[in-house]
Amino acid sequence: MHACEPIAGLRSYGKGANRTILDCLFRPDWPGKVVFLPPRGPRAPAATFGRDSSVSGAVPLAADEKGLGIVTTASSADHPTRRDFLFVATGAVAAVGAAATVWPLVAQMNPDASTIAAGAPIEVDLTPIAEGQDIKVFWRGKPIYISHRTKKQIEEAQKVSLSSLPDPQPDSARVKAGHDQWLVVIGICTHLGCIPIAHEGSYDGFFCPCHGSVYDTSGRIRSGPAPTNLPVPPYTFVSDTKIQIG
Amino acid sequence: MSGPSDFQPTNPALKWIERRLPIMGLVHSSFVAYPTPRNLNYWWTFGAILSMMLALQIVTGVILAMHYTPHADLAFKSVELIVRDVNYGWLLRNMHACGASMFFFAVYIHMFRGLYYGSYKEPREILWILGVIIYLLMMATGFMGYVLPWGQMSFWGATVITNLFSAVPYFGESIVTLLWGGYSVGNPTLNRFFSLHYLLPFVIAGVVVLHIWALHVAGQNNPAGVEAKTEKDTVPFTPYATIKDAFGVSCFLLFFAWFIFYMPNYLGEADNYIPANPGVTPPHIVPEWYYLPFYAILRSIPNKLAGVVAMFGAILILAFLPWLDNAKTRSSKYRPLAKQFFWVFVVVCLLLGWLGSKPAEGIYVVAGRILTFMYFAYFLILLPLLSRIETPRPVPNSIADDVLAKTGSKSTPMVSTVLALLVAGGLLAGGMQHARAAEGQEKPPGNKWSFAGPVGKFDRGALQRGLKVYKEVCASCHGLSYIAFRNLAEAGGPGYSVAQAAAFASDYKVKDGPDDKGEMFERPGRPADYFPSPFPNENAARAANGGAFPPDLSLINKARSYPRGFPQFLVDFFTQYQEQGPDYVSAVLQGYEDKPPAGFSLPEGSYYNKYFPGHAIKMPKPLSDGQVTYDDGAPATVAQYSKDVTTFLMWTAEPHMEARKRLGLQVFVFLILLTGLLYFTKKKVWANAH
Repeated sequence: MHACEPIAGLRSYGKGANRTILDCLFRPDWPGKVVFLPPRGPRAPAATFGRDSSVSGAVPLAADEKGLGIVTTASSADHPTRRDFLFVATGAVAAVGAAATVWPLVAQMNPDASTIAAGAPIEVDLTPIAEGQDIKVFWRGKPIYISHRTKKQIEEAQKVSLSSLPDPQPDSARVKAGHDQWLVVIGICTHLGCIPIAHEGSYDGFFCPCHGSVYDTSGRIRSGPAPTNLPVPPYTFVSDTKIQIG
Repeated sequence: MSGPSDFQPTNPALKWIERRLPIMGLVHSSFVAYPTPRNLNYWWTFGAILSMMLALQIVTGVILAMHYTPHADLAFKSVELIVRDVNYGWLLRNMHACGASMFFFAVYIHMFRGLYYGSYKEPREILWILGVIIYLLMMATGFMGYVLPWGQMSFWGATVITNLFSAVPYFGESIVTLLWGGYSVGNPTLNRFFSLHYLLPFVIAGVVVLHIWALHVAGQNNPAGVEAKTEKDTVPFTPYATIKDAFGVSCFLLFFAWFIFYMPNYLGEADNYIPANPGVTPPHIVPEWYYLPFYAILRSIPNKLAGVVAMFGAILILAFLPWLDNAKTRSSKYRPLAKQFFWVFVVVCLLLGWLGSKPAEGIYVVAGRILTFMYFAYFLILLPLLSRIETPRPVPNSIADDVLAKTGSKSTPMVSTVLALLVAGGLLAGGMQHARAAEGQEKPPGNKWSFAGPVGKFDRGALQRGLKVYKEVCASCHGLSYIAFRNLAEAGGPGYSVAQAAAFASDYKVKDGPDDKGEMFERPGRPADYFPSPFPNENAARAANGGAFPPDLSLINKARSYPRGFPQFLVDFFTQYQEQGPDYVSAVLQGYEDKPPAGFSLPEGSYYNKYFPGHAIKMPKPLSDGQVTYDDGAPATVAQYSKDVTTFLMWTAEPHMEARKRLGLQVFVFLILLTGLLYFTKKKVWANAH
């Protein structure tokens, strides 16, 4: 009744002399593999089984049924599918639990509620900004350049031929209609995140001191390693002199 | 370590690695092929449980450190913000705080198991001593971790414990100043405790590696206490011990989750929800429950130095246990006298813990001395004596014989022992709550709270009415500084829309600035703003309130409590009662009496309140019938106002309570399923090995 073939899932311990360094060092007398007793016959003498074996008959019988000497499960041959299902189900449920546990441990790294709340839209009054000037405001920790462009700057921005631009975009797509004089861009170089300096560079726009990217008066990339134009943040004109960023 | 490994992977890539770094062989020999005695009982799964707890504490701790600010002015607030704003912050904080208690709970079982089965005896002395070192490191880590939230108990715990070192002759004061980094516990102390609290767990992990190494050299002890002689005495670690440990861990997680999701503050102190105040000591200073027995020993000795020596001696004496107990028989199973005295010793430890939570006066002091004597007598007199006079019963010839002898008789006594220990542990934990007994204080009447119990939810109507009561009455003196207007629109709260919360915020004037000219200005509130406090600082608040400081109400329901008494606190553990705070707050609001009882002299400028400790409260009766107009037809009575505002303040104390209970239910369904599956898997795997 006891099938002695090893079970696939339990194979690892019984195969060959898997002695390792720790065994050699610390357990020279213990073999790395484990050998099991041969199955006992039914009704083995009770006396072999220690002091409490006076419960005559019961102990050896139990020992036999439990198959002390055998590690393979008796049922393995009879119901392999049921056992396998149990092992797979347990493993699967444990895996689902582990995955579900990892989620909060990772999700905690996302911005917390106060950071998100602090990233709410801001309003900026444009009246103090004279023509030709620009200001820097912060929204969500990012510097936003708000430039009050001169006529000359607007003209320069509009008359460039798009085909000459690395990231072609008309000036009209970068300002709000009817508010051509206001350029609002996120002042972070699209190359590697430095802050470009306003009113510098050969196009009177922005110049990034880190790696020499040059942007024009519309914040478009003209030369240097930056791949794209300075992004325009989401904003709307609340009135002619006030914008809401975000 | 050098030399070739015998573990032979078949994959060529793994083979290549294994020849250069035999790490798979190491894992294989330590956790797969490693022979483990086949008669281990479930007390042996606590090693795995402790490994899991250490890993969990390190993971959650590293995460909490990402959000925590170790500064005396910001620490308390940063912990609150973790709980309120960080994604799953409440879960991580509960896991870490309750995890510390669970870690100690498991380590005590692990230690008592070693004590009972003689796991410290030859050749496992170093294994045992390494364990004592781990335990000492755990105590230091746990203590410093408790300081980090910088509440009242943190601050005064730090003060008391560091002052222990002032008992050292000649150098005491210098040592204490060195520990503090100042003339008192302050910001430098907090900073270094944070640094060390981060460091020590990794030291523990290192010593645990040594502990396990020593274990694998000597081999595991077992309930029979006889060494494994032949191969039939052992089973391979995997799958046998692995699956059994997994089942044990899963059961332990069920117990742990009960605290995380349903009783997160059961083992904590209400006072620690009050920010640290160097000017006021809480009336009853008690350490965390796991230090209570040693605290009791400290207090039972009337001499300062001797008390400190006795306290540390009580721990260090464990390291000498292998030489104090000379008996040849390891397991107490075969030592009729040692077995009985072991249980007496367990009871002594539990009683010491209970005494540690009691005020050091009267009969408690006498009892403390007797029990302290018994504690030391067990190690110094009883164990050496027993090894001479006791006649042990014969031990089985081998582990296999022990296994066979046991088949048939199920280990039912273990279940009752587990239950007894659970009850006793609860007694210890509850005894600590008892420590808050304020003499002469009347117990607040219990209430039916909508948010009580495992599926309790806030009553939205009560939250909205309570907000109105707070705004129209309480807000004139009390702040609500941890609540932002945006919170009013969050799930599990009063149920306002985002627009309603914004409109509510815009009614408030909030100070902002500086503007371009460098001046501060006022603007309408935004959802991201916090409720403005009525007074600019504590001094202004005291000046306006006859010297009393109206506390911030954000956490008031967690920061107030009252003793539940024995055996009520035990019942509370199972019924999940944790509404001491709300019961107290609502009782105080309704506890005013126009005339103090005869014989009670009311100080000038105070009012008589039945439930306020000491009865003389500086706050005049805040609520009267009809004072606040309700729009929804709820009765405009003091009782209703109290109930509503207390419900509201419970939400402000724990805005994510509903999320906690909801996730708790899901986790329990999952864990019960997993535990059941593991049980049957374990049965299948072990079917033929028992």
